[in-house]
Amino acid sequence: MLPLSGERSNAKGIVCERKESSDVLRGTSTLKRGFAHMLKNGVVMDVTTVEQAQIAEEAGAVSVMVLDKLPSDVRKAGGVARTASIRVIEDIMDSVTIPVMAKCRIGHVNEALVLQETDVDMIDESEVLTPADELRHIWKWDFTTPFVNGARSLAEALRRIEEGAAMIRTKGEPGTGNVAEAITHIKKVNDELRTIKSIYDSGDNQDLVRMAREFKVSYDIVEQTAKLGRLPVVNFAAGGIATPADAAYLMSLGCDGIFVGSGIFNASDAAERARAIVLATTFWNEADKVKEAQKMIDERQSMLGLDVKTLELRMQDRGGSA
Amino acid sequence: MSTKIGILAIQGDVAENVSSLVASIADLNQDATVHVVKTPEEISAMDGLVIPGGESTTIGQLSLVNGSQKVIKQKVESGMPVLGICAGMVLLASNATDRVVGKMDQPLFDFLDIELERNSFGRQRESFEAKISMDSIGISNYHGVFIRAPAISSTSDDIEVLARFNEKIVAIKKGNIIGTSFHPELTDDLAVHKYFVNLVKESKN
Repeated sequence: MLPLSGERSNAKGIVCERKESSDVLRGTSTLKRGFAHMLKNGVVMDVTTVEQAQIAEEAGAVSVMVLDKLPSDVRKAGGVARTASIRVIEDIMDSVTIPVMAKCRIGHVNEALVLQETDVDMIDESEVLTPADELRHIWKWDFTTPFVNGARSLAEALRRIEEGAAMIRTKGEPGTGNVAEAITHIKKVNDELRTIKSIYDSGDNQDLVRMAREFKVSYDIVEQTAKLGRLPVVNFAAGGIATPADAAYLMSLGCDGIFVGSGIFNASDAAERARAIVLATTFWNEADKVKEAQKMIDERQSMLGLDVKTLELRMQDRGGSA
Repeated sequence: MSTKIGILAIQGDVAENVSSLVASIADLNQDATVHVVKTPEEISAMDGLVIPGGESTTIGQLSLVNGSQKVIKQKVESGMPVLGICAGMVLLASNATDRVVGKMDQPLFDFLDIELERNSFGRQRESFEAKISMDSIGISNYHGVFIRAPAISSTSDDIEVLARFNEKIVAIKKGNIIGTSFHPELTDDLAVHKYFVNLVKESKN
């Protein structure tokens, strides 16, 4: 059974058809969140071409995320970053059997509608692309296709879930090869979950109301999340993951799985590194296997990391106040 | 000795199957325990195994890496009950075809001689919930949750078809082996997990 906190059972994205003698429902919270549950303990890899998508599938990725440019190249290129070419997305959908995701700009409803019509399996409303609306994210309940959103804190995560996100990931700092921000974000979410859980356990409803006001979300979702003691949707790590040890560490912090952006296909040993990161994610709690995975990669081939303090563009701040 | 039921924890929705099995065992008031298993040693101590939903390419490849595939094959061939859900059912098959990509060359456990199609109902937007019936095992009006689900077009004669949806076979049984296209662990109806718990108990006696 899935926790369906914050669910809207009358959402526009839910389609009901009558087939043979049975009602058939699509786009329900069970189907959208359930899809994300099937990715658990897996690695989603950013790709820009069919060849990269096939390498990812062969390496054991549970899904690929199609972008026009890898996050680190988005950083270098500057300008406005938009959703990937539909032809490239379709070519990739025709050549791999694992689910295909694609990114749209924060708040860009019609970019998302285009991706839904393209039939991608999940849409990432992503801070890696240039936001189209700083005040409002997409109202994701209107879509049949599930969404994943980034979050740096429990408040951000719950706001996105109330807008209909079926999955959450940390924002980290994309395109840096620096895992520090992702670690900070997941630890913050975990700390805040512990806080509301202890308030819930103490029976102090007034304090839960105070947390809901601070988080800018409804009391109901705070209460249900506090009762669960975890996010009501699957929560992955993302942003800056570059090595098997990075992946294993984030899994040990309670993440349900891993997104790797520039870390694989900006390294010169992509195929080997993709396999190594999958191994480390699967066997994160077996030290010898993580070591074997880490041995498969060569640090001299890793992407050059960036110090987050000196960045001109902090992607994680995009859409954060909304 | 209490019965031990394992859930293969390489990739996929393991925790959901743990809660469904724990609740089923409590409801049936049975002497059984639930274990999250990954290594060949852990798997070999089990009396029954659930292969959960996830990505069949990922679970298949990684089960080769740590040698769990070999143990699963030996155990199931010598009679250990196994329940394969969605990706788990794909892994039970002898071969798989993808609706778009075509013939797959992916590692499979090869227990069932069936024609299986992956992503048979379409991509995620076509994932659906619908009522299905498995009358031959006494489960009717069951809430089926199909997520990028596989389906079976034909089977060998020794395989029992438990359920169909829109002409496609979505649940099968061959002795100790059960496969479902849909996800019993995502609903609060415990009928399928209870049926499996009983099957494991019977096989042990």
